[in-house]
Amino acid sequence: MSALPEPRGSARPAHDPVLEIKNLSVDYGYDDPTHVLRQISLTLNRGEVLGLAGESGCGKSTLAYAATRLLPPPGLITGGEVIFTDRDGGKSDILALNDKDLRASRWQDMAIVFQGAMNSLNPVFRIGRQIADAITAHEPATTKKDALARAADLLDLVGINPDRARDFPHQLSGGMRQRVMIAMALALDPQVLIMDEPTTALDVVMQRQIVEQIADLRDRLGFSVIFITHDVSLLIEIADRIAIMYAGEIVEDAVAQDVYRRPRHPYSDGLLHSFPPLRGARRELGGIPGSPPDMANLPTGCPFRDRCAFAFDACAHITPELVTPAVPGDDPRRSVACLRHDPARVAAGGFAPVPVPDQLALR
Amino acid sequence: MSAPQPTPPPAPAARPPVDGEAPVLQAVRMQKHFPVRGFRSHDVVHAVDDVDIDLYRGRVVALVGESGSGKSTIARLLAQLMPVTGGQILLHGEDASVKGRRAFRKYVSRVQMIFQDPFGSLNPIHTVRYMLTRSLRIHRGRLRGTEMEAALEELLTRVQLTPPSRYIDKFPHELSGGQRQRVAIARALAAEPEVLLADEPISMLDVSIRLGILNLLRDLRDRLHIAILYITHDIASARYFADRTMVMYAGRVVESGDSESVTQDPKHPYTQLLVRSAPDPDDLDARARGARGEAPSLVRPPTGCRFNPRCPFATDLCRTETPPLLAVGEGRQAACWGYSDRADRPVLGSVLDAYGERPSADDELLRAVAAAPTKEDDR
Ligand SMILES: Nc1ncnc2c1ncn2[C@@H]1O[C@H](COP(=O)(O)OP(=O)(O)OP(=O)(O)O)[C@@H](O)[C@H]1O
Ligand SMILES: Nc1ncnc2c1ncn2[C@@H]1O[C@H](COP(=O)(O)OP(=O)(O)OP(=O)(O)O)[C@@H](O)[C@H]1O
Ligand code: SF4
Ligand SMILES: [Mg+2]
Ligand SMILES: [Mg+2]
Repeated sequence: MSALPEPRGSARPAHDPVLEIKNLSVDYGYDDPTHVLRQISLTLNRGEVLGLAGESGCGKSTLAYAATRLLPPPGLITGGEVIFTDRDGGKSDILALNDKDLRASRWQDMAIVFQGAMNSLNPVFRIGRQIADAITAHEPATTKKDALARAADLLDLVGINPDRARDFPHQLSGGMRQRVMIAMALALDPQVLIMDEPTTALDVVMQRQIVEQIADLRDRLGFSVIFITHDVSLLIEIADRIAIMYAGEIVEDAVAQDVYRRPRHPYSDGLLHSFPPLRGARRELGGIPGSPPDMANLPTGCPFRDRCAFAFDACAHITPELVTPAVPGDDPRRSVACLRHDPARVAAGGFAPVPVPDQLALR
Repeated sequence: MSAPQPTPPPAPAARPPVDGEAPVLQAVRMQKHFPVRGFRSHDVVHAVDDVDIDLYRGRVVALVGESGSGKSTIARLLAQLMPVTGGQILLHGEDASVKGRRAFRKYVSRVQMIFQDPFGSLNPIHTVRYMLTRSLRIHRGRLRGTEMEAALEELLTRVQLTPPSRYIDKFPHELSGGQRQRVAIARALAAEPEVLLADEPISMLDVSIRLGILNLLRDLRDRLHIAILYITHDIASARYFADRTMVMYAGRVVESGDSESVTQDPKHPYTQLLVRSAPDPDDLDARARGARGEAPSLVRPPTGCRFNPRCPFATDLCRTETPPLLAVGEGRQAACWGYSDRADRPVLGSVLDAYGERPSADDELLRAVAAAPTKEDDR
């Protein structure tokens, strides 16, 4: 059925977290800070592919950087914790560790493929050597010869002919450089692999090939993946679970097929159903009306309300929080931040609850 | 070149001009070979071979295909950022090759390029204001204070960087990937060019903004009659936005035609594989899986059809002679021997059947990733 072999959902323990992001908040700037991430909570389970999607500028890359302690200034983590659970069960809060403890922890077993990775290779070294260097830095016992041989295999894995191993980065196409970065991340044999738009420059054949290889390696080596992309069709296929972000918050978090077939948040619904179809009848597409809010100047209440077809009076006053959708029979582990699904909060705020519209209650 | 390739016969019929109009920008049998560094090496990378492209006023041509097949190289050649190895580029029918700074500047004001990588193509030391102002000045002459402000604001609003005041004084590193991409688009539009070479301009944008940008480009095409080359991996967007679609594989054009036909009824086996590999959540089964194969070497490209090592239908003919672009329907061409009338031609079947199985990672690859097979005990 899907690009991934069996162990999906059911076969895997429901709650075996590797990375738990709790109430993470990030600001950019010191004097007049923009609250780019606000109280983000997200859990990555062992062996899971977690997809992250959301509009451009909503804070996906910031989340990836903050969760790995790689956030450059003027970015500032203002609250929250990131709990990393090692394979032996040992837990540590990555954000609280000092540099020495951080180096000692297995947190190093995280690899990240940055957005714009095609621009982050060292221009003066040949690509085969760069991968080999990453391998020897990680496993000092490996000989240079073995490392180079493994680098050639890794290049082949990502569809680059090993006769290009002696090329410099500028001699490669955009997509080839992206693939070198993926090969380099895999060389580290990570426990957690964060990929921020790793396939923007890859054709779909290559993309599928690489994604299938990663899925396969994931099953055999047991690592977890956070996959950030705007390519929602790809995400639905490869992710076990998808989290949707809007303006610095998670607005929906559910099993991939549920998000696609039974979206509960109006933004997810718009996002997942406005891409042009490749097959079948051509249809004119509208996209989601309006534009994302100015994060430096967020409105009160729900940040999506100006663009939402289902907004009602409470939306301007009460800020929604993640709750189980108010749709009978829904997976209790999924969550959504929309007041249509939270009659209790609406009533407590002194407003009359409005039921979930049919469009957001598909079974 | 190590082994000279047999030159294919010229394409059968010249492609019909649009309403008798001549193309604005045209490439004729364009070639680009990059030398491979090395001691006394005469090897080259065959990045682009024998490519013909016609860009007409008010028309969009999409260029899709394999990663590393030469799409960006084509755009960079058309933008005259590097010289061709062979063939010619014509602007309004005249040789377009520029010599000297002034001629190049003039060319750039007519032919603008949006680069593939917004992380590499925006100068990190300049603000958005500086980049856009410079582009507006070079191409539209001196605008005065308020006019300039209004023009800047309009540009940012058009690419949905709103409110403009939030972005105008930012440096590239203060912007997200998709925001940088939109600055690059705004910079190209500021020049009001005749030809726009857009290399994956929307790959880092969400679908909603993607549609907005495509509609904006479509509007420019219709109102200002800009000719657009649109390079993309998003085949659905090529269908939606481009009049014609060209498909590249390993440095050569393997198929071209109107976008609807090419995406709905692909003829070349590579195009079929490409279209069938596109993710489609509504149709998880109709999918070409496990299409593994040798990545073609462009230093020593396969003889004959460059797709032959991966093609399930390849015959000896495919392995020895290079197929020319053959007519496969009205205004359509495909470079595959299966559409010739040669007696020894291959018989084409369904790529879906041919690539049905999904192979798993072999042990060698597994060893490449993890030196030790079990990771539990290696601390
Ligand atoms: N150094 C910085 N200073 C100020 N603002 C910043 C800085 N870096 C990022 N931002 C802002 O923070 C917001 C989130 O950026 P981020 O890169 O996380 O977005 P994203 O979700 O990854 O978007 P995209 O999909 O376009 O890559 C953006 O609106 C961006 O303008
Ligand atoms: N300066 C250079 N020196 C040597 N080889 C080069 C150079 N620039 C590009 N190439 C090679 O030319 C081929 C085509 O590259 P190009 O960037 O045009 O591909 P592309 O189709 O744009 O790929 P992608 O979709 O991955 O961006 C690649 O094999 C690349 O390695
Ligand atoms: S909370 Fe209100 S405005 Fe926000 S998504 Fe739900 S209905 Fe729309
Ligand atoms: Mg980003
Ligand atoms: Mg390219």
